[in-house]
Amino acid sequence: MLGVGAYRTRNRPARNELLPLPIGEMSWALTDHQGRSVRPKDWAGRPVMVFFGFTWCPDVCPTTLSDISLWLEDLGADANRLIVALISVDPERDTPVVLADYVSNFDPRIIGLTGPAEEVAQAAADFRVTYRRVDKDGGDYTMDHTAGVFLFHPDGRFVSIIDFHEDRRFAVPKIRRTLS
Amino acid sequence: MNHFLLAAALILSASAAMACETVTIGDLTVEHAWSKATIGAGRPGVFYVEITNTGSTDDALVGIATPAAGMPMLHETVVQDGIASMPHAMSIPVPAGQSVQLSPGGYHGMLMGLTNALKEGDSFPVTLSFEKAGEVTVNVDVLSLRAEGPDCADAGQ
Ligand SMILES: [Cu+2]
Repeated sequence: MLGVGAYRTRNRPARNELLPLPIGEMSWALTDHQGRSVRPKDWAGRPVMVFFGFTWCPDVCPTTLSDISLWLEDLGADANRLIVALISVDPERDTPVVLADYVSNFDPRIIGLTGPAEEVAQAAADFRVTYRRVDKDGGDYTMDHTAGVFLFHPDGRFVSIIDFHEDRRFAVPKIRRTLS
Repeated sequence: MNHFLLAAALILSASAAMACETVTIGDLTVEHAWSKATIGAGRPGVFYVEITNTGSTDDALVGIATPAAGMPMLHETVVQDGIASMPHAMSIPVPAGQSVQLSPGGYHGMLMGLTNALKEGDSFPVTLSFEKAGEVTVNVDVLSLRAEGPDCADAGQ
């Protein structure tokens, strides 16, 4: 299935629209929680694990980050080359400073990424991620968003998604397969 | 936080692991009440708990109230087509002879309009309203943002 997705002609990519692009074909430009600019090409040659979320989210996002932190502890130094990134779908509130505060609660290998709304939209399009703002009473809002964790090989090829409700015991072996 | 709450919080944090305390009302047992630390008071907090109905009549959790938040609500995290959302839960069923959990990734209390940031080691009361059993108040332990639940099996409480 992935083989079909990777096939393309010079002009027009012919692939499953539901699969994330290979990292090397993505075109977003974001800023990490330390204020450094990050582009897809910066991840060349490294295995990658990405998920989308926002720091105002009290349930799904800290749960995912707690899980990821446990997986990283399990993997130990083997995961040191793995890029692990939370991409905010709420750049209006998630500035780099806010993200820095947030990710400091979890494994130090996890980075936060944010940027202008159009760059976040570009990242979501490249990863085939959906998100939308849901307004609440009193001017507050929350975000619905794709909850899976995306895995990519060091060569940038998409490998698989760890679903939010998937049996989390399968996660570590899945990640390990992307490391080699 | 007023003086009463401040005093209560100090007393509660002195006696660790309130989350492992069990409170009963009628046929319902309420335990493992916990929350996660928040960064500041601007973000919503969360409330998790386990309710067991040992009776023969179905009940339902229909609301929560707490001095810790201006707008506490019941939510359910739903993942559909891979997309997570958290609609308001009007009522959380607590069927006869069963346990229901408000736990990460499922039902949860959403604590909007926090009075103060929730700090690890703090404790605050939440009053649960049941359709049939009425109201009961539990003390909620604030664990770290990384916590996955209270560790009640451990000795030394
Ligand atoms: Cu919620």
